[in-house]
Amino acid sequence: MSVSVRIPTILRTYTNGAAEVSGEGGTLREVLQKLDADYPGIGGRILDETGKIRRFVNVYVGEEDVRFADGLDTATPDGVQISVIPAVAGG
Amino acid sequence: MAHTSTAANTAANTVEFGPATGLSCRECGTLYELGPIFACTECFGPLEVAYEFGEIRREDIESGPANIWRYRSLLPVPADVAAKPNLQPGWTKLVKADRLAAELGLRSLHVKDDSGNPTHSFKDRVVSIALEAARNFGFHTLSCSSTGNLAGAVTAAAARAGLDACVFIPADLEPAKVVMAAVYGGRLVAIDGNYDEVNRFCSELIGDELGEKWGFVNVNLRPFYAEGSKTLAYEIAEQLGWRLPDQIVIPVASGSQLTKIDKGFRELIKLGLVEDRPYRIFGAQAEGCSPVSRAFKAGQDVVQPVRPDTIAKSLAIGNPADGPYVLDIVRRTGGAVEDVNDQEVVEAIRLLARTEGVFAETAGGVTVGVLRKLVREGRLDPDAETVVLNTGDGLKTLDAVAEHARPTAVIRPSLDAFRAAFAN
Repeated sequence: MSVSVRIPTILRTYTNGAAEVSGEGGTLREVLQKLDADYPGIGGRILDETGKIRRFVNVYVGEEDVRFADGLDTATPDGVQISVIPAVAGG
Repeated sequence: MAHTSTAANTAANTVEFGPATGLSCRECGTLYELGPIFACTECFGPLEVAYEFGEIRREDIESGPANIWRYRSLLPVPADVAAKPNLQPGWTKLVKADRLAAELGLRSLHVKDDSGNPTHSFKDRVVSIALEAARNFGFHTLSCSSTGNLAGAVTAAAARAGLDACVFIPADLEPAKVVMAAVYGGRLVAIDGNYDEVNRFCSELIGDELGEKWGFVNVNLRPFYAEGSKTLAYEIAEQLGWRLPDQIVIPVASGSQLTKIDKGFRELIKLGLVEDRPYRIFGAQAEGCSPVSRAFKAGQDVVQPVRPDTIAKSLAIGNPADGPYVLDIVRRTGGAVEDVNDQEVVEAIRLLARTEGVFAETAGGVTVGVLRKLVREGRLDPDAETVVLNTGDGLKTLDAVAEHARPTAVIRPSLDAFRAAFAN
C-alpha cells in the first residue's frame, strides 16, 4: 500500500527537511519499518527500545489515533495519510 | 540545538528570560538553549524551563506588585516585565472556607479562587508568561488550541500587548466562552471536532510555513507558558504565611497545572522560602473524561486516551500530555487521582456557591466534588490543612446549573402574595 507520512519539525533532519514523505506497507508497523529503511534512524525516534510507540508521540492513521485502533498493527489503506505528532496539551 | 551545558547560553538569554538558563527534557534530561521549542529531539519528551536562581528573599517578593510579577525572580521573564503592557493576573483570593469545611467535616480549608483573574480563569497566569516569550522571540501573532478559557486569555493578552491573535476552539463550546474569546478581537476559528482534534490540527499547523512564525502559547511556547502555573503554588504558600498546605486538590486536564504547582512547591523548599515538610497532591477529573484517574486506579504508568463526554469541557482533554507526570507526583506525595460524575459536579458547584459565595465553573465543580468524595471515603486527612482550587468563573458555564438555579417563587408584587407563598 502506498501512503503518505507527515513528519514533525523535530524529525525533518532525517528527511532532508521534507514535511511529508511517501511510504509503503499494509500496517503501521510495516510503514515505519520502510520509513526507517529510507531514512535511517527515524524509526528509533518514533519507537522506543522495546519497539513500542514512544509515550510522548501521537501517531494517526487518517483521522484515527492508533491507540484507539490496533496500535502498530493498525491497517494502512492505500492513499491514507499518516501523521506523527509530538504530544502537546493544555487547553 | 542540544548541548550539554547551560553555560553555552548567551548573556542576552539570561537577561531576557531572567533566571532561566535553558530548556531541559523531562524524560532524558537533554538540555537545549532557550527557544520556541517544546519537544525533545531525542525522545519527544516535553521540555521545561531550567533555572539558576540567585538568593531570593521573602521581603523582596512581599515588596513586589500585587500580581504574578512579584515572583518574577522565579519565572522566565525579564526583570522589567511588570512595566510592559500585560493583563497583570494573579494574587487572587485565598478564601478561608469555614462553612464549606464544616459541611464537609474538615478542620481547615481554603479555596484558591482564580475566577478573579482578568479573563476570569487561571489561564491569564500562563498566557502572561507565554506573552513575554512571544515578545522575546519576535512573534507577531499569539495563538492557541483551547477549550475556551485559554482562547479568551490569549485574545485579551494579545489585545493589551498590541499583537495579532488567532485562536482555535472546538465548535461546541459553551456560548459564554465563545463570546469571551471573540470580544477581544483577533481571529477565532471554531473547528468541527473535539479538543484533541483541535490540538492535533494546531500541532500540524505549527509545522507548516503558514503557522511557523506564530507563538502558539500551548505548543511552541509551552515550556514558558506552563511555568505560569507555578505562581499558584507561590501565592498559596505566601498567603498561608509562607507555609505549604498539608494537602491540595487540583483539577487535571492536560495535567500541566498540577505538575507545575508541585514544581513551585519544591522550588520554595529548595530556596528556603518555606519549611521543608511533606504535602499531598490530589488530582481531580470528570468521570466522562478521566484517563489519568483510570490509570491511577489501575496502578498503571501509561495513560490510555479516551473520548471525552462531560459537562466539564475545560477538563475534556482525552489525551493528556502530562498525565504520566501527574501519576508520578500523586504517588510520590501520597495523594490520588479521583473523578466525579456530572451530577456530582453540579452539586459541588452549588455547594461551594451556597457555603462560600464562590461561583465556580464546571472545572471548579469537579475539583470541589472530588474533594467531597475524598473526604467521604476517608482518603483525605480531615485534620490537615487543605486547599482546593477553583480555576474559573461560573458565569462561563451558566448552562450547567441554570435549570437548578431558578426563582424560589413567582408572585404578584403584594405582601399578601408573599405571605401566601412563604407563610410557612
